[in-house]
Amino acid sequence: MTLDDLDRALLRALVANADQSTTQLGAKLGLSQPATWRRIKRLEEAGVIAGRQLILNAEKVGFGVTVFLGVKLATKGRVSLEDFERAIGAIPEVQTVDHVLGLYDYRLRVVARDLADFERVLRRRIMTMPGVGDVEANVLLSEERRPGPI
Amino acid sequence: MLDDIDRRLLRLMQSDPTSGVPELARVVGLTPARVGRRLDRLREDQVLRGTQARINWPALGYAVAVSLRITLDKTVSNAFDEFISAARDVPEVIEIQTFLGRVDVRLSLIAKDMPDYQRIYRARILTLPHIADIEALMTVATVKSDESLPL
Repeated sequence: MTLDDLDRALLRALVANADQSTTQLGAKLGLSQPATWRRIKRLEEAGVIAGRQLILNAEKVGFGVTVFLGVKLATKGRVSLEDFERAIGAIPEVQTVDHVLGLYDYRLRVVARDLADFERVLRRRIMTMPGVGDVEANVLLSEERRPGPI
Repeated sequence: MLDDIDRRLLRLMQSDPTSGVPELARVVGLTPARVGRRLDRLREDQVLRGTQARINWPALGYAVAVSLRITLDKTVSNAFDEFISAARDVPEVIEIQTFLGRVDVRLSLIAKDMPDYQRIYRARILTLPHIADIEALMTVATVKSDESLPL
C-alpha cells in the first residue's frame, strides 16, 4: 500500500499515542472525524496497522530485568524447529522470538523480576529445552523506539 | 503497589488494549467509576503509559529486517552518546538498545529489499561513529512478538 502525507502523519500520531480519539486526531491533521476514521480503517484493513499495544512500565509492575538471548541450536536436523518454537514461545517470560540467520538461530527477549529470577528462567525453562546449544545473554540497559521511515 | 485487581485489569488491557472501562468493570465485577479511578491512579503512577499502534512494516514494502549487534570503541569517552545520536538520524533504524554484555548497542534496521539494505548499510550504518565491530542477524521469521508481560 502506498501512503500519502496525511496517512503518514496519522501513522506517526498513532504510533506516538493510540489513545487519541478520531475527533482529536482529525482536529490535529485538519480532517473531519469520519474522514479520519475511514483512513484508519483503511490502514487497518491493508494490514499496515498490525494492532495496538499497551505500554506498561515494566519496572513498576515488578519486572526489573530484560535480557536478550542469542540461542544456537546444538542438534540441527534432530530437533523440529516447530516444536522448539512452540515450546519457547509458551514460556510466559519470553516476550519475543525471532528466527534469525547469522551467529545465532533464535533471538529471544526475556523479562524477569531480577537477575536471580532471570537465572531461574534460563536454567530451568530455556537451557532444559531439547536442542538448545550455545546461549549468549545481554542485559538491556536502555531502549528507544523510533518512528521509522514514515 | 499493585493489588490483584490492578494486575487483572492490566492483564485484560494487555490482551485487548481497545477494551473500554464498562467492559473491564463487568469482567472484574466493579463499578465503572471504581475501575476508572484505578486506571487514573495507574496512569498517575506512570505504571500505565498508554497505547501505541504497531506498524506492520512488510505491509509497507519493508520486507527485510536486520538486527545489528554493535561493539563500540570504548577508548573514546563519549562513544555511546555520539553513536546513538547519529543512529537516530537514520530513518530505517526503528529500535536502539544498549546492553551490558558482549554487545554494546543493538539497532533494528528495516529495508525494502537486499539491495536497499546494502545501500543503507554502506552509506548510513558503516559511517556511524566509533564502531569497533558489527554482527548482523537477519530475521527469517518472527515467531512471537506480542511483548506482553507475565503479570
